[in-house]
Amino acid sequence: MMKFTLNGKPVSVEAEADMPLLWALRDMLGMTGTKYGCGMALCGACTVHLDGQAVRACTLPMSMVEGKQVTTIEGLASDASHPVQQAWQSHNVPQCGYCQSGQMMSAAALLAKHPNPDDKTIDEQMQGNICRCGTYPRIKAAIKTAAKLGAKS
Amino acid sequence: MSEITNVSRRQFLKLSGISAGGLVLGGLLPGFKPVWAQDGDALSELNLFVSIGSDDLVHIICHRSEMGQGIRTGLPQVVADELMADWHKVRVVQGLANAEYGSQNTDGSRSVRRFYQIMREMGASARTMLEQAAANQWQVPLEEVQAKDHQVVHAKTGRSLRFGELAESASTLTPPAKETLKLKPASEFTYIGKNVPIVDMPAILNGSTVYGQDVQLPGMLYASIERTPVVGANVKAVDNSAALKVSGVLDTFVMPKQSEPVLFKPLPGVAVLATNSWAAMQGRKALSIEWTDSPHAGHDSEAYLDVLKGRVKQQGKVIRSVGDAYAGMMNAVDTFEALYSVPYLIHAPMEPPAATAVFNDGSCEIWACTQTPQSTQRNVAEALGIEPDKVKVNVTLLGGGFGRKSKPDFSVEAAILAKHTGKPVKVSWSREDEIQHGYYHAAAAMHFQAGVDDSGRVVSWIQRTAFPSISWTFNGTTDEPSGSELDLGFGDLPFVLDNLSCETQKAEAHLRIGWVRSVSNIQHAFAIGSFVDELADKLERRPRDLWLELLGDDRLVDPEPEGFKYGNYGESKAVFPIDIARLKGVLNLVADKAGVEKPTAKNEAWGISVHRSFVSYVAVATKVRVEGGKVQVLEMHSAIDAGTVVNPDRVKSQMEGAMIFGLSLAMMGDISVKGGAVVQSNFHDYPILRINQSPLIHSYIVESSQPPGGVGEPGVPPVAASLCNAIFRASGKRIRDLPISKHMQV
Ligand code: FES
Ligand code: FES
Repeated sequence: MMKFTLNGKPVSVEAEADMPLLWALRDMLGMTGTKYGCGMALCGACTVHLDGQAVRACTLPMSMVEGKQVTTIEGLASDASHPVQQAWQSHNVPQCGYCQSGQMMSAAALLAKHPNPDDKTIDEQMQGNICRCGTYPRIKAAIKTAAKLGAKS
Repeated sequence: MSEITNVSRRQFLKLSGISAGGLVLGGLLPGFKPVWAQDGDALSELNLFVSIGSDDLVHIICHRSEMGQGIRTGLPQVVADELMADWHKVRVVQGLANAEYGSQNTDGSRSVRRFYQIMREMGASARTMLEQAAANQWQVPLEEVQAKDHQVVHAKTGRSLRFGELAESASTLTPPAKETLKLKPASEFTYIGKNVPIVDMPAILNGSTVYGQDVQLPGMLYASIERTPVVGANVKAVDNSAALKVSGVLDTFVMPKQSEPVLFKPLPGVAVLATNSWAAMQGRKALSIEWTDSPHAGHDSEAYLDVLKGRVKQQGKVIRSVGDAYAGMMNAVDTFEALYSVPYLIHAPMEPPAATAVFNDGSCEIWACTQTPQSTQRNVAEALGIEPDKVKVNVTLLGGGFGRKSKPDFSVEAAILAKHTGKPVKVSWSREDEIQHGYYHAAAAMHFQAGVDDSGRVVSWIQRTAFPSISWTFNGTTDEPSGSELDLGFGDLPFVLDNLSCETQKAEAHLRIGWVRSVSNIQHAFAIGSFVDELADKLERRPRDLWLELLGDDRLVDPEPEGFKYGNYGESKAVFPIDIARLKGVLNLVADKAGVEKPTAKNEAWGISVHRSFVSYVAVATKVRVEGGKVQVLEMHSAIDAGTVVNPDRVKSQMEGAMIFGLSLAMMGDISVKGGAVVQSNFHDYPILRINQSPLIHSYIVESSQPPGGVGEPGVPPVAASLCNAIFRASGKRIRDLPISKHMQV
C-alpha cells in the first residue's frame, strides 16, 4: 500500500513499488487529467508537481512518491483561477487540448521559479512538453500573460 | 433535396441520447465520398438536428469529431447566429454513430465547407417558425415580429416571448420552404466570423476532459497488444508463461489471423489483459512470439526510395498533357531537372489511439477517439458477425487525429477482446504502437524537368510522381498512385504551359498506407514549390515573379480537357474552381507582409511557396538563419483564402498548427523501414517540433464572401518548400530529399 498526498488530500493505493505514478493516478485513482503521451519522459503530457517540482509521472515509480505531495491539473486550482489557467483561457491556447494539462503544470512550475521569464527561459523550461497541434506561439504568449497576472495577485 | 423538416422527438433521442421537448428540426447535409471510403457512408434523409426545448435550451447535435479544429464550436456558431440565439443557452451534443447522419467521417477538411449553408438554413428555419408561432399567438402579421436574443418581440406593443415559451407551438408548424427563408446579410452576423471561445475550454483547463484514453468502466480490463512488426505476418507460436506470472496480468489472447487487403482489420498479434495499464505493458514485454514469414519482410525504405527515384527518371504513364512536352524539351534553349523525395511519415497525434468496448447479449458498445464513428460501427459489426445496428459508438474527444483516427482498427481490437472476455476492455495504444503500427504517409519520389526558350520563358514541363497508394490498403493490388491521390497537388498543376506532361510510375506497397494531414499534397507541394524556386534561381528571377508568370493571367483552371479527371475534393468545379486570382492573391499578400524581397542579415533569407488544396489557397513565407550547418527558423507568415470564415481565431490557430506540423515533417519527419519493420519507436527517434524550434508566426486571413473552403489541412503543403527555399537562399544548399535533419542540424 502506497500512501501520499494528492491535491491536498491523503490517499493510498494498492500499487507495485515500480509502477509509475501516471498509472496509479489514471487507472487506480481515476484521475485522468494527467495524460499519457510517450511513457519515456519525452513529451511532458504527464507532468505533475511532486513537492512543488515539475516531474514526469510516466517514469516516476510509486516508491519515490510515497509520503510526498503530488499536485495534478485537477488540483492546480479548484476553480481554474490559477494565473496559468486564466492566461490559457484568454489566449485561447488549446486546440485538441490533450497536451495542455502537462503544458499548464510545466508552466505553473516555471512561473513559481521564474516569476518573469524571458523567451529563452520559456524555451528552456518548456521544451520538454510537446504539442503536436502546434500551440507553442500561444503558450509563449500565455506564459507572459500569466506572469503579469501572477505579479498582480 | 435539402429541405428542413420537423422530426420526431423519438428520433432525436435515438441520435443524441437527449430527450427533447418543443421544436425539433432535422436537415440534410450533403455527403462526399472519396474513392477510398467504404460503402455504407450512404446518405439517408436527415443528418443534422437542432432542438429548442421549453427550458429555453437549444441543443445542436454535432455529428463531426472534435480533434482540435474547433468544430464543436464552429458548426453551432453558424446555427445560433441565424437562429438569433443566446450563445450561453446553446448546448452541443456529440452525435452517436448513426447512418442517419450521412457520412460522419471527419477528414478532408470539409466539416464547415459542406455544412455551412445548410446550418444557416436550419437556424433560419427555426427562427422563422418561432416568429410565426409568436405572430399566431399575438394575432399579428409575421412581418411585425422579430427574433432577437433568444426571444421573439413585437416592437409595436413591446410584447415578447422567450424561445422556450414558443417552442411547443412552433413544433406544430410546417417548416418554411427553402426559397422563402431570409438569411442574414454578413453585416448582421453576431457569431459567424467572431472569435467564440471553444466550448471545451473549461474542461481542458481543469483536466476533466474525456479522451479515448481516459474512458473507464466498472470492472474494465486493460489490454496491451504486441502486434506483428511486419505487415503480412501472423502469429506462429506464442509462449505466454512469463507474461502470466506478472502481477495483475489475467490472460492473453491471440488476435485473429489476417490476410490482405489489410483494410481496417486489426493487425495480428497477442493481447495481454490485465487489471491496469502498467501490468498489461509489463506482461506484454514478457511474451515470446514467433511470427510467420511475410512477403514484405524484405522491405527496406532506403533501397525502395532509390528504386522509385530510378523509375521517375523514366517516361511513365501520362495522366494529363498539353502540347508535346518531349518535343518542347528538344526545342528549348535550356532545360533544368531535379529529383525530390519525401520519406514515410506517421501522424503522432498527442493521444495515441484508444478504444473501450463492452459486449453484451449480441450487442456491442464502443467509446473511442474516432474520426469515423460509422466506419467503426461497420468494421466492428463485421468482425463480431453482428448487424451494424447492434453496435453503438460513442465519440470521445480526440487528442489530435491528423487522419490516424479515421482508421477504426483499434476499436475493432477492443470489440474482439470484449467479446472474448465478456468484460469491458480498453485497448490503449502506446506511443511505440502508434509509430510502428500505423497507416503511413506514402514515401514518394518525384522528378521535374522544365525547358525554357531564349527569352527565359518556361515552355515545357514534365513532372512525374511515384508512391505506394492508399488504394492498396483497401484492395491489396494497386501498385501505382490512384486518381484521388493525383488530385492532390499533382494533376491539378495550375500553370500556363504550352507543353506539359504529368506522369506516374509504379510503386508497390509494403506498409499499411493511409492519409496524413493534407495527404499527397505533402510531397507534391514540396516538389513543385522547390522546383519553381530552383528555376527562379537559374533564370535569375525573383521567386515571386516566376510564380506569377507561371500562374499566368487571372482565370479559372480546369485540368479536365487536358485528360485529367479531376475530383476537386468532392466539390463542384463551378462553385469551387481553381481560381488563379486567389492563388496570386495569397502569394502577393504574404510576400508583401513578410517583405521577402527586402535585404536580410548575413546567413538569413526568406523562402516562399503557394499551394491550393481542399479548395482553399495558402501561401507561406519562411525566414531562416543558417549558421555552422544549423538551421534556425526565425519567422513565418501565412495567408489563407478559405472563403467565408466562421471563427477567425480557430482558423488562425489551425494555421499556426499547420505551420508547425509542416516544419516538423520537413525538418525531422522520417519513418524508415528495415526488414519490413518500422525502425523508429518514440519521440527520441521520431522527433516532433518543440517550443524552442517554434518560430514567430503571423497568420493572415483573406476576407472573402466565397463559400467556405477547408482549413485544417491546406496550411501544411506549402511549408516544406518555403522552408527549403529559404535554406537555399541563406546557405546555397538545396535540399531535395526530406527531412532536412539528414543534411543539416535542425
Ligand atoms: S507521457 Fe510522460 S513525458 Fe510523455
Ligand atoms: S493542443 Fe493538441 S497536442 Fe497540444
